[in-house]
Amino acid sequence: MIRVLFFAQLRESLGCDELNLDYPAAGSFTVENLMKQLQGRGELWRSAFVETKVLVAINQQMVKPQSVISDGDEVAFFPPVTGG
Amino acid sequence: MQCVRVQQEDFNVADEYHALLDAAPTAGGVVQFIGCVRPDYSEDPVQALELEHYPAMTQNALESLVATACARWPLLAARVIHRVGKISVGEQIVWVAVAAAHRDEAFQGARFLIDKLKTTAPFWKKEFRQSGSVAWVNAKATDDQAASGWD
Repeated sequence: MIRVLFFAQLRESLGCDELNLDYPAAGSFTVENLMKQLQGRGELWRSAFVETKVLVAINQQMVKPQSVISDGDEVAFFPPVTGG
Repeated sequence: MQCVRVQQEDFNVADEYHALLDAAPTAGGVVQFIGCVRPDYSEDPVQALELEHYPAMTQNALESLVATACARWPLLAARVIHRVGKISVGEQIVWVAVAAAHRDEAFQGARFLIDKLKTTAPFWKKEFRQSGSVAWVNAKATDDQAASGWD
């Protein structure tokens, strides 16, 4: 199982703050693979991931799209941060 | 005393300054940066911001920035407070403070912390305007440039 979280604009445009997905049985599963899978959920999801800049963290650490996700990980997607 | 705090409540800069000095009794210089909600004099002024964050990540992200700053410069103490939730115009959002023996490392450490915080700590601002309109704040390219200048 992978816990997937969405924050800020991304959460609002998707109308979703959290998903629990089954971990794929075979091969190494990367952030890019997960993003492709999410884009397949419909036009809303496709445009949210393709047309806007999205950052990603695995287990609360920022990572690159090529990073590998393990079973049990928490993966968070969010727009560029604007704190401070 | 924790070096990083994420909280809804406001903070008192004088109290925080004295607590920082207590933790760094040999300091020769302290640099503090306070970020607040900027008043804007447009036709539809901003009245408040709401700060969302990723609670499981923010504390660690800020602590890791403080640890990086302390490893890079000889700092005697470094602290960050960041507020979340609804914050009105003029109110404080963030406090970054660094104590060191000399001003150069104090200025550099503080500048590093706020520059990196703005591009790596998972906070997002939403603006509430007088007319009732609500919009997320976009990230600025100048913030990315400032942060990457330290790499």
